[in-house]
Amino acid sequence: MSEELPKNNIFKVIGASSLGTLIEWYDFYIFGSLAVIIGHQLFPEDAGASALINTLAIFAAGFIVRPFGALVFGRLGDLIGRKYTFLLTLILMGGSTFLIGLIPSYKTIGYAAPILVLILRLIQGLALGGEYGGAATYVAEHAPKNRRGFFTSWIQTTATLGLFLSLGVIVITKNILGADVFGDWGWRIPFLLSILLVVVSIYIRLKMHESPMFSKLKSEGKVSKNPLKESFNNKANFKMVLLALFGATMGQGVIWYTGQFYAQSFLENTCKLDFNDSRYILLWGIAFATPFFVIFGAWSDKVGRKWIMLSGMLLGIIFYRPIYQTFLNDTSVENYANSPVLSSTSSDSKITPLSASGDSLSVVETRVKLANGMQFTRVQTDTISVTKGILPAKELVKDKVLPTPVFWKFVGLIFFQILLVTMVYGPIAAFLVELFPTKIRYTSMSLPYHIGNGVFGGLVPFIATLIASFAGSNPLSGLWYPIGIATLSLIIGTIYLSNKADENIND
Amino acid sequence: MNRLKKFLGLIWMVLGPVAMTFLFIQAIDKVGLAHSDIERTNTMLQWGIILFIFFPISLGLMIFGFYAWKGEYEKLESSQKI
Repeated sequence: MSEELPKNNIFKVIGASSLGTLIEWYDFYIFGSLAVIIGHQLFPEDAGASALINTLAIFAAGFIVRPFGALVFGRLGDLIGRKYTFLLTLILMGGSTFLIGLIPSYKTIGYAAPILVLILRLIQGLALGGEYGGAATYVAEHAPKNRRGFFTSWIQTTATLGLFLSLGVIVITKNILGADVFGDWGWRIPFLLSILLVVVSIYIRLKMHESPMFSKLKSEGKVSKNPLKESFNNKANFKMVLLALFGATMGQGVIWYTGQFYAQSFLENTCKLDFNDSRYILLWGIAFATPFFVIFGAWSDKVGRKWIMLSGMLLGIIFYRPIYQTFLNDTSVENYANSPVLSSTSSDSKITPLSASGDSLSVVETRVKLANGMQFTRVQTDTISVTKGILPAKELVKDKVLPTPVFWKFVGLIFFQILLVTMVYGPIAAFLVELFPTKIRYTSMSLPYHIGNGVFGGLVPFIATLIASFAGSNPLSGLWYPIGIATLSLIIGTIYLSNKADENIND
Repeated sequence: MNRLKKFLGLIWMVLGPVAMTFLFIQAIDKVGLAHSDIERTNTMLQWGIILFIFFPISLGLMIFGFYAWKGEYEKLESSQKI
């Protein structure tokens, strides 16, 4: 049935599915990227209460609601069809994103602001949990059997392109409006912009037909009566769900999050790179690497999915520590001691009283430009003690701008990490689709995908920070989490997974 | 290869509870380090969510190990169908 679909029609299917999924990822990421500003504007000034709401918004949306959304919408997709289900997820996601952009500040409506943010963020997590499985299933059920990897890989590009789009819109908006206006109200623009994209996507999706395999199943009266029970209460299927999770999506999730999120966070927070520099590096890396989703997806049609995905994990295990060590070395100001100073501009000293003791803090920021192009801000914080005079504290260095050759070297290292993402992520939709039968495919593939990505992947920053807090740890210690999980998944995948693609998914 | 699959099944069965115990100890440790009530509540909430979500995953790893030990993954030449 699907083999008879004309080529232009399959690209319409891919276009309609991918655009909606891309917008969902965009919506999900802009919240993460602007979390600090949202915190200032919409959360209480009390640091404790603010942290609590933040925890709920980040942890609950990513780790509980997302897998829950996979179950809710997966079940719906296997009961009423793929088309209407992933239309619903798109409306929920787009609507909540737009509304986040409209929420008045905490100063205006008090605690209603963070509560609204939390509710809308949870709806976002729920919608994201339902979207991916629907889009991947929908495209795969239209694709010819020998090109399923190629066609579903277009869906796989959307998560990375969604990140690219969100970073791009934020950087452009901030550069146009300036940092102050952006922090005041400009941050709302990326949220409000979402509605335009969503309306276009809904219009396109409404014109699409139901998946041919699901329509056939429905016309034959073979649609599952209880997809959750058939997915997880049936040993033959449940063991495949477990295999998909531990042998593939778990390792894929940590490679994905390390390459695209941990890398940026490491550059910005550990290496202290400038806001724009760290984002430009990631944007270039993504731009160069994104075509490889399709290349590896297409290649997996020829050589099988298993070894491409597992090779991506293996390369991550081998190269993560050397790559991050290079990030640390090349951003260390001490390494540039031989380069002459072109200019050095200091701000006036800011004096902040400390307490009734009469002591105060003096903060002086000095912007330094070196001849090789390196720039950084040195922050000198001294305590002015009434009794002991000036007590100098350790200097901090921040807002580093890299020399051009180092910048492009970092782009290359980020490109390599995203290349690994394309290896593990490009073929995985086809791999998951082929693992499960049509009548419970949406439910069965969504759960391992979202546990692998949402939980194992989403926890990379948290567990990396946890490991870094252990005695004797160093800035690279956090990498043991993705390396450990990828190793476990590599072992399970190598031993238990089959490399043979299931050609007939029409069952 | 089938013997290896079965033998490793035992390891996966043990790994599930070991991972859960490790997380539980970490949770108690980190909650104990909190300096104020609000920080303690926040840490408890974070770890509560992590334990809540990892409990079924650890159980899943044990079941995966059990299936492997019982030889359920021995003949997976291609995807199995219901």
